[in-house]
Amino acid sequence: MSQPKTALAEQFENITTQRQSARLGMWTFIVTEVMFFGGLFLSFVVYRYVYAEAFSQASHHLNIALGGINTGVLLTSSLTMALAVQAAEHRNKRALILFLLFTILLGVVFLAIKGGEYYIDYRDHLIPGSGFRFEGEFPERAEMFFYLYFAMTGLHALHLTIGIVIVAVVALLGWRGHYQEYPAPVEMTGLYWHFIDIVWIFLFPLLYLMEKSS
Amino acid sequence: MSESQITTKTYLKTFVALLLLLGLTIGLSFVHLGPFHSITSLAIAIAKAILVMIYFMHLRYGTRLTLIFAGAGFYWLIILLLNTMADYVTRSWLPMPGH
Repeated sequence: MSQPKTALAEQFENITTQRQSARLGMWTFIVTEVMFFGGLFLSFVVYRYVYAEAFSQASHHLNIALGGINTGVLLTSSLTMALAVQAAEHRNKRALILFLLFTILLGVVFLAIKGGEYYIDYRDHLIPGSGFRFEGEFPERAEMFFYLYFAMTGLHALHLTIGIVIVAVVALLGWRGHYQEYPAPVEMTGLYWHFIDIVWIFLFPLLYLMEKSS
Repeated sequence: MSESQITTKTYLKTFVALLLLLGLTIGLSFVHLGPFHSITSLAIAIAKAILVMIYFMHLRYGTRLTLIFAGAGFYWLIILLLNTMADYVTRSWLPMPGH
């Protein structure tokens, strides 16, 4: 009666079709996320155009060194994630767990540096609200920069936190011997992780590397 | 499987290219490029995103349908940005009645 449980769901003809469907579904989800972040990017681009000078001044209160290091950390985490997916394809359990743990570690390092930056912003009274202080011609325009900065980096950090939790669950299940038959969940986790990396790839130059208005 | 075509060496090369582009974009931010500043930093960001998508996210070895799905998202994003900015940028070009 009962057949042995396999990775192949009954609606699919074979495992290749099932994996292609998983990829397509994951990409569809990522596209909805692109549109989700897209609204914030659009708001930023519009305000940056309209309040060009105030945004440029506000941008220079951000620390390029910390932002740059964080970009490097996230790019490295994408490499370890890609290698984890490769290890899953090769059914190399040891390498899979190792690379997933590296990915988690780098994700946590990113959040720690980001938290440090937030603390510096707090100390310098750059958190929008009643405590906001800004030396410049248009403090309320600079405040809009920081509203968007915290909304965008905060939403990104939230995604990264979710990503870390998912990678941790995948690492735990991988350690228990999952994905030996069907490694697609590791690949899907990787796609999500790389998407978070891509969001930061655009956030970094947009927020940190604005040209000085002379 | 298609993804085993990507070797560790390719991943490492992609990673090195990404770090070089990161260094380039930080370096260029200290150079006065005028109106080209935003364009170059955007171009570098797009190049980095494409590298991540092609190699890390396996788009190069994916099916054409996956590529269309991925491309559709960015295509719509470009419509969102371009059409909105086409409005804001050109607002000052024509005099408004009563001003």
